[in-house]
Amino acid sequence: MPGRKTFILGLGVCLIGLPLIYWLVAPTGEANARQFSQPLTTGAPPPITNLADLPESLSANPETQLLRIFNEIEANRLDEALRLTETLIRQHPNYRLAYLIKGDLLLARARPIDSFGALKNAPADKVADLRAEAIVRLKAYRERPENGFVPRYLLQMRADQRFAVIVDAQRSRLYLYENDVANGGQPRFVADYYVSQGKLGADKYAQGDKKTPIGVYHVTAKLPRKELSNLYGSGAFPINYPNEWDRLQGRGGGGIWLHGTPADTFARPPRASDGCVVLSNQDLDAIAKNLQVGLTPVIISPSIEWLSLGDWAREREELNAAIDAWRRDWESRDTERYLKHYSPRFKDLPAFAAHKKQVNAGKEWIKIGTENLSVFRSPGKDEMAVVTFDQDYRSSNLNNRMKKRQYWRRENGQWKIIYEGNA
Amino acid sequence: MVAGMVFSLTTPALADNLPEIQRLIKQGQYAQAMEKVDAYLGSRPTDPQGRFLKGVIYSETNRPNEAIVLFTQLSEDYPELPEPYNNLAVLYAQQRQYDKARAALETAIRTHPSYTVAYENLGDVYAKLASQAYDKALQLDNANAATQSKLALIHDLISISGKRSVKPVALASAADPQTKPAPPAEVKPADEPAPPPAKAKTNLAADDVNRAILAWARAWERKNMKAYFGAYASNFRPPKNMSRKAWEAERTQRIAGKSGKITVQIRDLQITGNGDTATAQFRQHYKASGLSSSATKTMTLVRSGNQWLIKEESVN
Repeated sequence: MPGRKTFILGLGVCLIGLPLIYWLVAPTGEANARQFSQPLTTGAPPPITNLADLPESLSANPETQLLRIFNEIEANRLDEALRLTETLIRQHPNYRLAYLIKGDLLLARARPIDSFGALKNAPADKVADLRAEAIVRLKAYRERPENGFVPRYLLQMRADQRFAVIVDAQRSRLYLYENDVANGGQPRFVADYYVSQGKLGADKYAQGDKKTPIGVYHVTAKLPRKELSNLYGSGAFPINYPNEWDRLQGRGGGGIWLHGTPADTFARPPRASDGCVVLSNQDLDAIAKNLQVGLTPVIISPSIEWLSLGDWAREREELNAAIDAWRRDWESRDTERYLKHYSPRFKDLPAFAAHKKQVNAGKEWIKIGTENLSVFRSPGKDEMAVVTFDQDYRSSNLNNRMKKRQYWRRENGQWKIIYEGNA
Repeated sequence: MVAGMVFSLTTPALADNLPEIQRLIKQGQYAQAMEKVDAYLGSRPTDPQGRFLKGVIYSETNRPNEAIVLFTQLSEDYPELPEPYNNLAVLYAQQRQYDKARAALETAIRTHPSYTVAYENLGDVYAKLASQAYDKALQLDNANAATQSKLALIHDLISISGKRSVKPVALASAADPQTKPAPPAEVKPADEPAPPPAKAKTNLAADDVNRAILAWARAWERKNMKAYFGAYASNFRPPKNMSRKAWEAERTQRIAGKSGKITVQIRDLQITGNGDTATAQFRQHYKASGLSSSATKTMTLVRSGNQWLIKEESVN
C-alpha cells in the first residue's frame, strides 16, 4: 500500500565514550522499514540533536534529561554526564535506570568498563530490563513520527472525542493524539510516553497469559489513587477488553487497565505487567486530564502503521462510503441489497436475513440516522474497522434509538459487516 | 607484599619526639603513643604534625568521631595539605558516608594533584559509590555492603615532612600565612626519606591486621553474622573443641539473637607479626543489654590473599 509506513525497528544505538563504552544493540529491522528522522510538526518534541533548544517544560522532563546524559556520554563528557545523572536522581530518587548509569559512570572512574550495567555479578535479568528501558526511550527520541503522517487507526473520531490514545507495543510507547475538529478531524500529535506492557508481550488471548491485548478499546472508568493499591500508582483507567470481536474470537481474561507505577520505582521495565499498559505516575497524570470515560479510544497496536494524510483521507472516505451505502440500502427496503453488506461469516446470517426480510416487508418507509459516528481501523493482521454511532431508526410503524457498534472487515476488496450489536 | 616483616614489641625509648610517636603507632602501641603525643602537644598545641598523629591514633583505636573533628580542624587550618582530607575520607568511608569521602578526596587531589594514595582511595570510593548506585538500580538489598572498605590511612604528614627532620616546626598560628608549611609543590621529592607509596607499604601489614580486627568488632556490633564469620579463617579452631557448625550456631544465637545494642570496643591493641601470621593482643570492652565485660584477648591471624583472617582466639 503506498504511503504506508512502519518505523524502522533496527537502530544500533552506539554510544561510545572512552573509558566508558556503551553498546545498546537493538533488534534487527524489517527489510522494508525506513527510519523516521524528520521531526513531527507542531507539538512534537524535536529530535535528540536539538536538546538544547527544548522548551523549559520539556527540558525538565526526566526522559529528556536521560537523553542529555546519553549525549554527554557519547561525546565523552563523562563528568558532565555524571553531574546530570546526579541531578536527575535528586529530582527522581526512585529512577533505577539513572542509578545504573550513575554506577557505570562512577565505576568508570575507578576502572575501565566495557558494558552497560558493568557491575560484576550483577543480576543479568535486572540489567537487561534497564537496558531495554534505555533502548526504547532513546529510540523513541531518535525516531520521530514523520511530518504529515498519522496513525492509520484514527480514521474518524466523533466531535466530542477530544483525544485518542495509541499504544505501540513494540516500541513501548504511548502516543496521545488530539481530534483536531477545526481541521476536519485530523489527528494531531500531542505527546508520547514510555509505557510497560505484559511480561510476555502483546496479543492477549487468555486469562493469565501475561500479554497485552491488541485492538480497539475505550476507557470505561476512572479509578482514583485512593481506591487503589500502591501497585497502580497515581490512578487507573480500565478499558473494555475483551471487546465484542475479542469475545467472538474466543479471547478471554480481563482487567486490562492503563495505570501508574508503584512508589518505589520511577518506571517499570518495558515488559513488566500482567497485561496492563503502565505509565510513570507523572505521565499518567499528564494524560489523565484528557481521558473521557466511555469515550476516549485506546488503540493498542503491535507496531503503529502510519498513513500519509492523503492515504488517511482516502481510507476514511472509503469506509464512510461503505457505511453510507449500507445505511441507504437499509432505507431502500431492498433486503437483498442491504444483506450484501454483511459478511458470510456474520453470526447466524440466514436467521438474520429471514428476520430482516420479514420486518422490511411490513414497512412503507425507513429512515436511518448515524450520528456521532466514529471509525477506527483495528490493528493486526485482519483488515478490520470498528464503527460506532448513535442509530436513529425511524419507520412507518416503529421508531428506535440505540448506540450501535459494528465490526467491518475487508473481504475480497469489499468492506463487509462481520458483527453488529449494542454498544 | 613485604615478607618477613617484624613488628617488634621492644620497650620503647622514652624520647619525647615525633619519630618515637610514629614508631609506637606503627607498632600498634596506641596507648603509649597517645600519652606521648598529648605530652608533645602540651607544649605546642597547634603543631600540625602532633595533631595529625593524634588523629591517626584516634582513627586506629576506633574513635572515628574524635579523629574526624581533628582532621577537619587540620584541613581548615591547612587547606593545602592533602593528608587530613585523605584521612577524613578514610573515616567517612568507614562510616559508609561515601559522598563525604569522595568530596574530601577530590579536594585532596585538587590541592595535590600527584597524590597517589588519595587517587587510589578515590578509586575505591568511586567503586563504592558505584556499588551503592547499582544496589539502588538493581534492588540488590545491599549485597555489597559487607565488603570492607580498604582505603589507606596516611600515617605521616608527608607533604611537610621535609621540615620534620630539622625540628618540630612552630606552626603557631594557622591564620598567619608566613608560618604555614610550604605549599606541597615546593617540597622536593629528593628530600623525602621514603616516597609515599613505599611508606604506606611499610605499615600495610600492621594496618591490615588492625583493620581486620576492627571490622570483626564492627560486624559483631552490627550483628552482621556473615561479616562476623567472614572474619574467621576456614580452619579456625573454635574453643572447647566445638565443631565449627556448633560454634557458629552458638555465636549466632548470642549475637544475632540478642536484642538491643551491642558495643565492642578494642583498646590497647598490640600487633606482632611475621610474614603471613600476626598475633594481636587487646582489651575487649563488651557491652550489651544486661551484660558488660572487659577482657584481654589474644588472636592469631593469618594472611589469606589480601585479607587477614582469625585463626585462633583466646581470652587470657
